[in-house]
Amino acid sequence: MDKDNDPSDESFDRRLEAARERMNPPAPAARDTGGTLSDLGLVIRSGTELVSALVVGVAIGWGLDHWLHTKPWFLIVFSLLGGVAGVLNVWRLVRPDAINTEADGPDDGSGRI
Amino acid sequence: MAAGSSIDALGQFELHPVLGALGESLRFSQSPMMMIVAAIVVLAFLYVGMRPAAVVPGRLQSAAEMCYDFIHNMAVDTIGPEGRAFFPFVFTLFFFILAGNYLGLLPFSFAFTSHIAVTLALALMVFCLSIIVSLKVQGAKFFAHFMPAGAPKALAPLLIPIEILSFLSRPVSLSIRLFANMVAGHVMFDMFAAFTIMLAGLGFFGDIIAVGPVVINIALMALELLVGALQAYVFAILTCIYLREAVAH
Repeated sequence: MDKDNDPSDESFDRRLEAARERMNPPAPAARDTGGTLSDLGLVIRSGTELVSALVVGVAIGWGLDHWLHTKPWFLIVFSLLGGVAGVLNVWRLVRPDAINTEADGPDDGSGRI
Repeated sequence: MAAGSSIDALGQFELHPVLGALGESLRFSQSPMMMIVAAIVVLAFLYVGMRPAAVVPGRLQSAAEMCYDFIHNMAVDTIGPEGRAFFPFVFTLFFFILAGNYLGLLPFSFAFTSHIAVTLALALMVFCLSIIVSLKVQGAKFFAHFMPAGAPKALAPLLIPIEILSFLSRPVSLSIRLFANMVAGHVMFDMFAAFTIMLAGLGFFGDIIAVGPVVINIALMALELLVGALQAYVFAILTCIYLREAVAH
């Protein structure tokens, strides 16, 4: 009797554990779609963030040159500034604390994200 | 559409008057028509879904409630308690773009989000709203953001233009991202469809190989369904992030 009881107890515990896991899947599974969706969003964002600042810089430089007749100078300066701003955009997107501040609300005080 | 041996992948984005003589006189093209259709689809989905107003929701009501919850959580989690005020705006943006992207995938339809005029208008709306809210909540302190805290004063002439460019790039990146993704997807559809037609003209072996692009187009459709939802999501979440910065003191 005793000998028979122990293994069945063990298998009951095991089955109970399996049933519990079935009933309550691990927490990450519930947020799976949101997590992967925002991760994919991050990937998609980084490329355009880099280019769009450059586009704005070139547009402003070209516009100022056209307006003030200073042909290449503003275009050169603002292209460089636009490139820097693009890298800055990407850095703000991927820096280690960016993901936390995006989820936690208030700004961390180190400028805008 | 592609015909014969030439590929005209961009012809599909041209605007034509629709609805006969009435559309002709009003200069009413596919783009505004699909916008109206998208708005009607979203409104009908919510109206029909929520009409039973049952305590235990049916399938359609459940779907409508999930959509509401999804955007509500996104707005409140990202913006904070003030996010409730912007929830209707974010909800409208998300579902208008989502419906536009998805309706554009139907045959004989038109994706109005593939025109930069449309996406730029949406992005400028978000941009202007965030500036107005910033000025209202933060007042003149808003302009202090253009000088990073703790940076040496001597670098101000360099840092301030960079910060301003970074700020101005927001509506550009918002609009280019959505527009470019939609154009790229629809151009790929057209290219592969044209390959099928071109291969089919090559005789027996062409007929067999022509199945390939059709299979690729089916896979592309799955990809485009993902991209359509993802772009709407990115647009909405970025709107929330910009508004959060605006309401932060």
